[in-house]
Amino acid sequence: MVGGDVAAAVELSDVVVSYGEKTAVGGVSLSMPRGRVLALLGHNGAGKTSLLQVCEGFRRPDAGSARVLGLDPVGDHDELMPRLGIMLQSGGVYPWAAAGEILRLFASFAANPLDTGMLMDRLGLRKVERTRFRRLSGGEQQRLSLAVALVGRPELVFLDEPTAGMDTEARHTTWQLIEELRADGVSVLLTTHLLDEAERLADDVVIMKSGKIAATGTPASLTAAAGIDLLEVRADPGLDLLTLPFPAKEASPGEYSITGALDTRALADVLGWFAATGAHVTAVSSRRRTLEDVYLSLTSDLVGASQ
Amino acid sequence: MNTSLSRGHVELLQFFRDKTALVFTFAFPAMLLLLFGTIFGDQYNDAGVSASRVFTASMIAYGVLNTAFVTMGAGLAMDREDGTLKRLRGTPMPVSAYLVGKALLVLALSLAETALLLLVGVLVFDMPLPDASHWLTFTWIFLLSVIACSLLGVAVSALVRNARNAGAILNVPVVALQFISGVFIQPMSQLPDWLVNVASIFPVRWMAQGFRYVFLPESASSQELAGSWELGKVALVLGVWCVVGLVLCLMTFRWSDSDR
Repeated sequence: MVGGDVAAAVELSDVVVSYGEKTAVGGVSLSMPRGRVLALLGHNGAGKTSLLQVCEGFRRPDAGSARVLGLDPVGDHDELMPRLGIMLQSGGVYPWAAAGEILRLFASFAANPLDTGMLMDRLGLRKVERTRFRRLSGGEQQRLSLAVALVGRPELVFLDEPTAGMDTEARHTTWQLIEELRADGVSVLLTTHLLDEAERLADDVVIMKSGKIAATGTPASLTAAAGIDLLEVRADPGLDLLTLPFPAKEASPGEYSITGALDTRALADVLGWFAATGAHVTAVSSRRRTLEDVYLSLTSDLVGASQ
Repeated sequence: MNTSLSRGHVELLQFFRDKTALVFTFAFPAMLLLLFGTIFGDQYNDAGVSASRVFTASMIAYGVLNTAFVTMGAGLAMDREDGTLKRLRGTPMPVSAYLVGKALLVLALSLAETALLLLVGVLVFDMPLPDASHWLTFTWIFLLSVIACSLLGVAVSALVRNARNAGAILNVPVVALQFISGVFIQPMSQLPDWLVNVASIFPVRWMAQGFRYVFLPESASSQELAGSWELGKVALVLGVWCVVGLVLCLMTFRWSDSDR
């Protein structure tokens, strides 16, 4: 029983991708277990799509190695493809063919495809079944792309910004579908700009910056490690904040807000500072960091690294 | 096989729904034939064959060049640019199914194009249709021409950096070769020797010569450069171009614009 099936969904080691002089991915290693949803987060140009292309076998890494379901995505292309579902970021498929025709074409490539009618119903594509691809809205094209990725009953799905251009309803349907895929044991690797999407769907989050991994962990562990990031303190007005070792401002007289990654130690320091000034603290409130705060602090070049 | 047929089906309906492409790639050779045939129709060559019949026969070479070389090359450049090729690459579809699908399109179009040109020749210019043995010769010349032109179309599409320009880029060799290969200007003896030598390297001259053999009376061979139809050479040159085309395809094929 312990055969090739225990191979990780995706196993990357020191993957480098460069386009001429420019390095898109500068040595990324990651291991994605089976049956989980992994979200790749990062700004445009952070290297997410390049990394995905390596996994999908569209690009051979310039250095390092990639194994997908235990196979080489380039060398074992023919063996691997029936087990993958790939949703590209864009790219028309036959602009003059109708949505239904496209889905049935892709279903014809699979050994045991899903029922295309059911899939169309699920993704709300029934009413555009006879509409040509070029006449579909951006969101409809995205949903069709998703259907095309799923129609072959893949074991592992790569979704490049799956909900870009979708309306709220379609986005929720897509999220539900991804949750169902996970429940069925399908592994999902997705890229996204949307932090609520990552926070809701992902078991694991990998944050990329400039072609490297900036942080990795579960959404909970990433936010917990960062602690509190905003402390509001009401005290005597007009205190001299220059000696406080954290970025702080007096928003209105007597209302201070202190920002930064505030762990327990730092909280003690802040309150200790107020005590040392002899001020009377009358209220303290704090806000826990969201994934968005963590993401911004890690990926922004302006705000210094807060760890 | 089923996969290839589904692909061919989508290719065909894709092509026929794009009315602009349909009119321009498909009707253009027929329109040129009508124009040339009407303008020069009254002239007879030394063998007593009317110019309109010579044009009909030669223009089939243009028809095949247009449907096989231009349609294949531009179609592939388009599929590559808009990501269709890449998306297909990300499925279990074998490469062969893609190429067979395209080949079915090209074959169907080339047959229809030839039929359209012959229809113009027969109805407008009173061209008689040949006997069975000539049709047999037509079959191999036609197939070799379609294969060579399609493969070269695939190979040249790799040079196209922007699918918008594909039509323009692909039509440069097409139009140039029409003029020097005996399609627009026949007999070729009117051309300077060096131009004849250049034309003789490429398949178009031999395609046109072969189709003239099929559709013109035997006596018209006196108008050919060698004074005969040279069918052996036709087969040889077209066969060599099929091999060259295949090698170039394998060397230059890319799935997307980004991977070099």
